[in-house]
Amino acid sequence: MSEFQQKCSILNRDRLAPDIFRLTLQAPKIAAKAQPGQFVMVRVIDGLDPLLRRPFSIHRSYADGSISLLFKVLGKGTAMLARRCVGDELDLVGPLGNGFDFSDERPVCLIGGGMGIAPLLFLAEQLHSSGRATEKDHVLLGARNKDELTPLADEFSALGYTVQLATDDGSIGRKGFIPDLLDFVLPIVEQVYTCGPHLMMENVVRQCQQAEVHCQVSLETHMACGIGACLGCTVNGKRGLVRVCQQGPVFNADHLEWSLV
Amino acid sequence: MKEEAVLLEKNPEQKVEAREVVPCIMPDLRVQIGSLALRNPVMTASGTFGYAREFENLVDLDRLGGIIVKGISLHPKPGNPPPRIVETACGMLNAIGLENVGVDRFISGKMPYLRKLATPVVVNILGDSVEEYSEIARKLDGAKGVAALEVNISCPNVKKGGVAFGTVPEMAAKVTEAVRRSTTLPLIVKLSPNVTDIVLMARAVEDAGADAVSLINTLIGMAIDPITRRPRLANVIGGLSGPAIKPVALRMVWQVAQAVSLPVIGIGGITTANDALEFLLAGATAVQVGTANFYDPSAAENIVQGITDYLQEQGEDCLVDIIGTLKTGTD
Repeated sequence: MSEFQQKCSILNRDRLAPDIFRLTLQAPKIAAKAQPGQFVMVRVIDGLDPLLRRPFSIHRSYADGSISLLFKVLGKGTAMLARRCVGDELDLVGPLGNGFDFSDERPVCLIGGGMGIAPLLFLAEQLHSSGRATEKDHVLLGARNKDELTPLADEFSALGYTVQLATDDGSIGRKGFIPDLLDFVLPIVEQVYTCGPHLMMENVVRQCQQAEVHCQVSLETHMACGIGACLGCTVNGKRGLVRVCQQGPVFNADHLEWSLV
Repeated sequence: MKEEAVLLEKNPEQKVEAREVVPCIMPDLRVQIGSLALRNPVMTASGTFGYAREFENLVDLDRLGGIIVKGISLHPKPGNPPPRIVETACGMLNAIGLENVGVDRFISGKMPYLRKLATPVVVNILGDSVEEYSEIARKLDGAKGVAALEVNISCPNVKKGGVAFGTVPEMAAKVTEAVRRSTTLPLIVKLSPNVTDIVLMARAVEDAGADAVSLINTLIGMAIDPITRRPRLANVIGGLSGPAIKPVALRMVWQVAQAVSLPVIGIGGITTANDALEFLLAGATAVQVGTANFYDPSAAENIVQGITDYLQEQGEDCLVDIIGTLKTGTD
């Protein structure tokens, strides 16, 4: 693994929904190495509170040396990040983690819930740009409401994927949860990639296991360092504890102990 | 001098010549911890720097004064269940529980990389019994590349060992004596702040044969989620570290440095060169950077540079000349 610590200036700040933001950063070294599923550790301010960096999956990586991050304001750190302006510099460490393994099986299904959608757009773009046809691939996206899914859903559609949506309030797509949509898709795909709330992923994994479809999950946990030194991000694997930052964040779902994660 | 300053600004080529005329003497940052010689006083604290390799792409490891690797036990330890870390105001709580690969796998798997570094490697050791401490020390005594041992008698996150050894002077002395008999390596004993009088602990390990003391380890703390009404750490309590604990650490280092004749290594919330300098002025011979490694991997390197700059600005040639020069009262 080859990671960098670099100051990255904010090129763009888009507000996609009242509390969802997309920052585009000039990060040439990180962009040159980034793989879908990898993440960066971001210092939201130079001060000491909040103290720790925040992990964000890489939402997009561009040939011009920029990357983008998608996040929702949930606490103090993300609120401060949302207030940063174009031209400000952020200190980033990355790219970190292993990324998705997307070499073989197809067709695939990408399942994202909430901000778990972020790394899947990078994956979708990579799959698309590798020259494979995407018409048979599916994308299932879930969120609280319509605001949280647009324009993300359109960006997946533009790549040629069949996109289905679900929202908690039914304001767009099906009212309810992603797993309801999965029944229709699992019989026709070979590989599932998922990232989102724990409960959603637990249900997706159970359905994949029943249908005998391979499933890769991207986990989110609290991290202090992101590079394997603090041992703070461990979760329960089938063969003992695993480090999300180093052995993940993407895991073969069968290797994790879902009831205990 | 005025003319020279103008030249320096306007003509970069003159800069080299001007430097030759007025040579800039790099201050001497070397310090001595018993028989352990360090090229500068900035080390990385145990448990915050993994086995060093984790940082190889982000830090010039050979610029550090010393590297203290993750605490090593006789047998591998799985550590505590997650969640293991929580952020707090200007600090963090951890309850990792000393997860490590065990001494044998450390020697066979981690030492080959570590011994290639130019920086001295100090191994932090921990045990559930006095005998275990001795056995680990014996094994490391014979391992090539180990520059010193740091005896951890102060981890708050394990049920056996740690806390008892670190809070009772007689027990601390017993562990120190046993390790002393098992090794000829320089011996640093890491003290816990979770005691009524840390000076008593320092004196106890000094009398028992320690070559140095390092302090402080984390302060015991906890955090609660009011929504779930549950503790935020699976272990309920954990060790508080980071800038939030610096004033406590500084006070303890100052008290201990006055009370013992051993070198004292200051630890606790050190993030900047100024933080490190406070500890050095209070009497620490060296410092360890801990939690800062997590949020700023370049912190330790920047501190080395910052101390160098400070000495040059102050017109000091040697770092050792400023150690313990804190002015109190009317002097």
